[in-house]
Amino acid sequence: MKKLLLVLTMAFSASVVYAGGYRVGVQGHKQLAMGHTGVAVVTSAESAFFNPAGLVYLDGKLNVSLGAAAVFSNTSYQNKEFGFSAEADNPVGTPFYAYGAYKINDWLSAGIAIYTPYGSRVEWPTDWEGSHLVNNIELSAIFVQPTISIKVSEKLSVGGGPIYVTGAVNFNRNLSRSLTDEGGNRSNVTIDATGINAWGYTIGAMFRPTEDINLGFNYRSKINMDVERGDGTADFENLPGALAAGFADGDFTASLPLPAELTFGASFKLTDKWLIAFDYTRTFWDAYKSLDVQFFNSAGLSRNPRNYKNSSVYKIGAQYEASQKVTVRAGFYFDESPIRDGFFAPETPRPDSVNFTAGFSYNFNSRWAIDASVLYVHSNEVDNSYDSFVEAGQRLSFGGEYKSNALVAGIGVSYKL
Amino acid sequence: MKNNIKYIAVLALGLFACEPEFDNPIDESGTYTSGSADFTTFVAVGNSLTAGFMDGTVFRSGQQNSFPNIMAEKFALAGGGTFTQPSYDDDVNDTGGFLLAGSPLPGFDTRLVIDASQGRPENLNLAPTAEVSSLQATAYNNMGVPGAKSFHLGFPGYGDISNLAVGAANPYYVRHATTPNATVIGDAVSLNPTFFTLWIGNNDILSYATSGGVGVDQTGNQNVLSYGFNDITDPGVFAFTYQALVDALTANGAKGVVATLPDVTSIPYFTTVPYNPVPMNAQTAALVNGGYAQYNGGLQFAAANGLITADEVAQRTITFSAGQNAVVIIDEDLTPLGGLGLPNYRQTTVDDLLILPSSGFIGTFVQPGNPATINGVGVPLADNWVLTATEIQLVRNARTAYNNAIVSIAAANDLAVADMAVKLEELVSGLRTTDGQIYTNNYFDGSSDAISTAVFSLDGVHPNSRGYAIVADEFIRVVNEKYGANVPRVTAGYYPGVTVVPTN
Repeated sequence: MKKLLLVLTMAFSASVVYAGGYRVGVQGHKQLAMGHTGVAVVTSAESAFFNPAGLVYLDGKLNVSLGAAAVFSNTSYQNKEFGFSAEADNPVGTPFYAYGAYKINDWLSAGIAIYTPYGSRVEWPTDWEGSHLVNNIELSAIFVQPTISIKVSEKLSVGGGPIYVTGAVNFNRNLSRSLTDEGGNRSNVTIDATGINAWGYTIGAMFRPTEDINLGFNYRSKINMDVERGDGTADFENLPGALAAGFADGDFTASLPLPAELTFGASFKLTDKWLIAFDYTRTFWDAYKSLDVQFFNSAGLSRNPRNYKNSSVYKIGAQYEASQKVTVRAGFYFDESPIRDGFFAPETPRPDSVNFTAGFSYNFNSRWAIDASVLYVHSNEVDNSYDSFVEAGQRLSFGGEYKSNALVAGIGVSYKL
Repeated sequence: MKNNIKYIAVLALGLFACEPEFDNPIDESGTYTSGSADFTTFVAVGNSLTAGFMDGTVFRSGQQNSFPNIMAEKFALAGGGTFTQPSYDDDVNDTGGFLLAGSPLPGFDTRLVIDASQGRPENLNLAPTAEVSSLQATAYNNMGVPGAKSFHLGFPGYGDISNLAVGAANPYYVRHATTPNATVIGDAVSLNPTFFTLWIGNNDILSYATSGGVGVDQTGNQNVLSYGFNDITDPGVFAFTYQALVDALTANGAKGVVATLPDVTSIPYFTTVPYNPVPMNAQTAALVNGGYAQYNGGLQFAAANGLITADEVAQRTITFSAGQNAVVIIDEDLTPLGGLGLPNYRQTTVDDLLILPSSGFIGTFVQPGNPATINGVGVPLADNWVLTATEIQLVRNARTAYNNAIVSIAAANDLAVADMAVKLEELVSGLRTTDGQIYTNNYFDGSSDAISTAVFSLDGVHPNSRGYAIVADEFIRVVNEKYGANVPRVTAGYYPGVTVVPTN
């Protein structure tokens, strides 16, 4: 019954982490170019995500921003003791966003935000040495967030809104380290679920003590993604004949917390042309203790300890208005891994990372602009393991050296009326 | 604007090229080394354990996990060359077993599988297709010949098909002997090995042991031609033969590793059936005891007349009681009391080893429905079902002498020693691999845990693929240690164990 423990754990842990197991927030190219700062910056409709309180300070009656990016991520694995090496060939991820904000009156704005903060595509070689943990995984979640923003005074605003999430998961792993059918094909399971729905909320506040200083605060709630019976399918393949009856295809239940996130920050307008911003984000990963997946056949209940710890992201960014038409931006952030030693699983190979960003906006006219950004995610080589895979009552270790990097490049358009 | 795009494009391209690269990537040459050894031509010489024999036979997919083949896969990362094994392409259904001239060869049945519908091991119910008479006449890197004793490796004619009928040839070797008069060691040496493993001698004691000690301990008799199949080889013959094998393999300066021989108590063939396998209630026990009252009384009479000691009376007195009971056996080492009409009966003790097949025999009826004729209770077990403490001692004496010879010959020739006796002994209490799994020498018990952890095949004597991975890992460990090599180790957990079929 416990053989399949890991199946879903893996599936859902990956969804918690950003694209390809990296925290690649791509919720606005202007902000990403500045190290993904934005809780205390008011530039365009992206504030609906970064700090809903900022919407009410936007210029113009209507602000719209659309954008998409391509995530190219790579992870290499090797274990010198046993001579294992593998490279995850991850399909390109494509996060996107769409924001609109409408100024109803001087003290009230309303908006809508659609964005994809979570997603993962990791594809290890089928039947690689870690295939009892994961062969491949694809996760996506779309957040839809109606938003209002209220100006309390010229110096203080608040904002927020409910978040509706619709997510999907497809995950495959082998059932154990050695089980095969009579032809030697590894026994495996694929779980697939779409239309997993959940609700959460976001609130923010912005304080502008002077013309040139902006302070912001944003909190996004924990959202539990629950797969209920009938939401998805568990497809068991290549079972030996003697076991096939016990591992009939069926459905499953699982639950995964998307942790709460608290961000506060400040921006300073140094000159007419220069702006710098600092954000600090605390992610309450300790909500993610274990992932329990219930199958309704011999696979039974799969308990998968995760035991994540809260983690921080430290971000800094700057923007320079080079000309009326061109604004250039650059930034950096340091992203702490929430994964404790011994819980490092290959479906979320995410060590601490340093992240370099750059980008620009080009204003065609007073209404239209294009925004572009690139992000490079660098992680040092880590030597770590996942020690909670249970085989025949023993907790087994799977580990080695991992090295990851990712490149994100994206383009978007902003419209202001 | 143009410039910005250009810079971003350059930046993007630069980063694209940046696949994550390790500081010390293991796929670069130089990571794994052979040290002072040379794995270019690796030849493995031995018996069934080297051949990849499991579940009672050699079958096509099982052979892929012979321990030398696993080693060769790792050696390939450290300068190792191609490693060939006798062809089982004609084992089309992966059944193992042999045909001779189109008919199944008795004693060479298909492989054992668990029949889930019966909950027991059975020979796979498919016809074997591998034909002994299709001669390959090829020397292979894997020169493990199932069934071979030490002195067989140098026997001309051991691969001559015309000797099969008189029992002087081995069908496994017949299939690939380069000529009818070739020897196993001769074919091995013809490949000019640069590195070798030698693990031989198990059958010099094992056939005696697995037959329940029906053979003869030939210690002191150096004429191997007079030996029966189930006899124990004289330690002097063994040492002499072993020296000759090592001399042949090292003649061109090859380095290698030899292996010691495990004890019978390390393998489930002897440890699965307890000495007291018969459950009984008080009523039945009284009934059975009644049947032995005359024999027990006779023992008292013999003692009173000084024919046997009081200790022997105690040893031979048959007593059943409520609970688990020892079986009654015939022990030829007891004092003969035929003159009094008393047979050589006694009950097993914890020092006796009932062989694995006895589990399917004890408790069966000689006369159907007659409770007085239950094998092991009313009807004593014959010698072939049990390895008695006395017989175990003969096996151990020989094994100790063989291992002493192996270790001293290895030392004299500066060879590495894989102490498989110690390694398999670890299985008795539980062998923990570095991934955290614990393996034992338990026979497959049908549990889902055992599917992942059984390391002995269903014949109870030979490892399965997972067990051979443990063996290969130990060989590699000592090769690394002895020769300063750096060859990657083996994770047993990735290798298959028992085959379970729904019906057979």
